[in-house]
Amino acid sequence: MRINIEVNGNLKTYDVAPDDYLLDTLRADNIFSIKRGCETSSCGVCTVLMDGKAVQSCTILSVKAEGHKITTIEGHQKEAKKLSEHFGHQGADQCGYCNSALALTVHAMKDEIKEPTNEDIKEYLVGNLCRCTGYEAQHRAIKLCLEDDE
Amino acid sequence: MEIVNYFKAKTIEEAYEKLQEDKANLIIGGGAWLRLSSKTVETAIDLEHVGLNQIKETKDTIEIDAYVTLREVEKNETLKNLFSGIVSKGVNGIMGVALRNLVTVGGSIAGKYSFSDFITPLLAVNTEVVMYKAGKMPLEDFLKLRSREKDIILKIIIKKEEMLGYYYKMKKTGLDFAVVNVGITNQDGHYKIIVGARPSLATFAVKAMEFINNQKEVTEKVMEETAKIAGEELKFGTNSKAGKEYRTELAKVYIRRGLKEVTK
Ligand SMILES: Cc1cc2nc3c(=O)[nH]c(=O)nc-3n(C[C@H](O)[C@H](O)[C@H](O)COP(=O)(O)OP(=O)(O)OC[C@H]3O[C@@H](n4cnc5c(N)ncnc54)[C@H](O)[C@@H]3O)c2cc1C
Ligand code: FES
Ligand code: FES
Repeated sequence: MRINIEVNGNLKTYDVAPDDYLLDTLRADNIFSIKRGCETSSCGVCTVLMDGKAVQSCTILSVKAEGHKITTIEGHQKEAKKLSEHFGHQGADQCGYCNSALALTVHAMKDEIKEPTNEDIKEYLVGNLCRCTGYEAQHRAIKLCLEDDE
Repeated sequence: MEIVNYFKAKTIEEAYEKLQEDKANLIIGGGAWLRLSSKTVETAIDLEHVGLNQIKETKDTIEIDAYVTLREVEKNETLKNLFSGIVSKGVNGIMGVALRNLVTVGGSIAGKYSFSDFITPLLAVNTEVVMYKAGKMPLEDFLKLRSREKDIILKIIIKKEEMLGYYYKMKKTGLDFAVVNVGITNQDGHYKIIVGARPSLATFAVKAMEFINNQKEVTEKVMEETAKIAGEELKFGTNSKAGKEYRTELAKVYIRRGLKEVTK
């Protein structure tokens, strides 16, 4: 099937099978910031934004993304840089495997919730697992990043 | 899951016709649960463009289309304020935002999942399911349907009624399925008690409801007795999450707590 998806502002055409997942379609297009983890909708490392909302690319069929806008971390470089600086200073990452997905989820949260409380942040990020850190440092980094925006 | 063909229907009629064409054709919602199955689907029928994407309110009801996502349900302001917010609360405990942005109301009802954190609170309030061919029926009747005819869920209708609600999902870790879940409502002294993930599908604690609804005053002793009756009448079982005895005791505790919360 031939489908059109806007990826990071560029209109792309892909030839996909009906049961191809967006994760595979985008990685085959050399977008490697999207990571493959559990592939059972559980870890969140494959998160991308579809029309600004966080979705798991291992779970959404590529055909379902047709006609929608997909954003990966490549489409949010400036913001990702800012968050990664806070991550570095707070000791919030080790291997970095979960970072792009986390940064995109933070972006979606900022769009959706005006002034997120500590509880809002925790709740919003519950689906983004990190096997290295203890989440506390990530939480601090995200708070600082949000304060920068104020 | 393997999918041979993908069909984006433009109308419900078209979707229904396609559904009947082959035994292995099915409706796809968010596709998240289907993804985990080993089914081979001949044609997956997508409802994105048939106009089932809205939450509509009338004076007395809130109607939620089948293709609405659970995240949209969770964020709906009316639902947050109705029945002490138990429908939103139930949905909020399902995995993370990125999954709830994908999974649909239709898929969550059609699946009749025994662990469902959506069905339990919906049973505790007044919910109807609207199907394309079979028409409208109470959610509890839909859950009992054993029809072999393939149909399409169009929407659910929730009655806006004044009641106090309680919902609790007992889970071992943040992203886990329920070990047991309990939904309770109190509408002017009329109580409904539902227990799900027993591990079988959510059901009413009929005898317990009859007992409490016939009391002049709902004291702590009455609550205790109600919970005990529910523990005895409902069938609990053992699976990898928990044992039968543990589930039974948990359900009794949460029923008692829930009754306390909705009894003012
Ligand atoms: C990893 C994971 C964890 C989960 N954890 C929980 C949890 O803790 N609690 C909980 O309550 N839920 C949980 N769920 C279930 C989830 O909330 C959804 O209920 C489920 O994924 C089905 O929704 P869907 O849109 O993905 O349906 P799909 O997977 O697309 O479809 C499921 C079934 O419904 C049928 N269907 C879909 N739409 C219609 C329609 N309109 N008419 C008729 N039939 C239809 C399909 O043919 C299929 O048989 C979990 C799901 C996953 C993948
Ligand atoms: S790889 Fe998608 S949720 Fe884990
Ligand atoms: S930093 Fe390694 S998984 Fe998060």
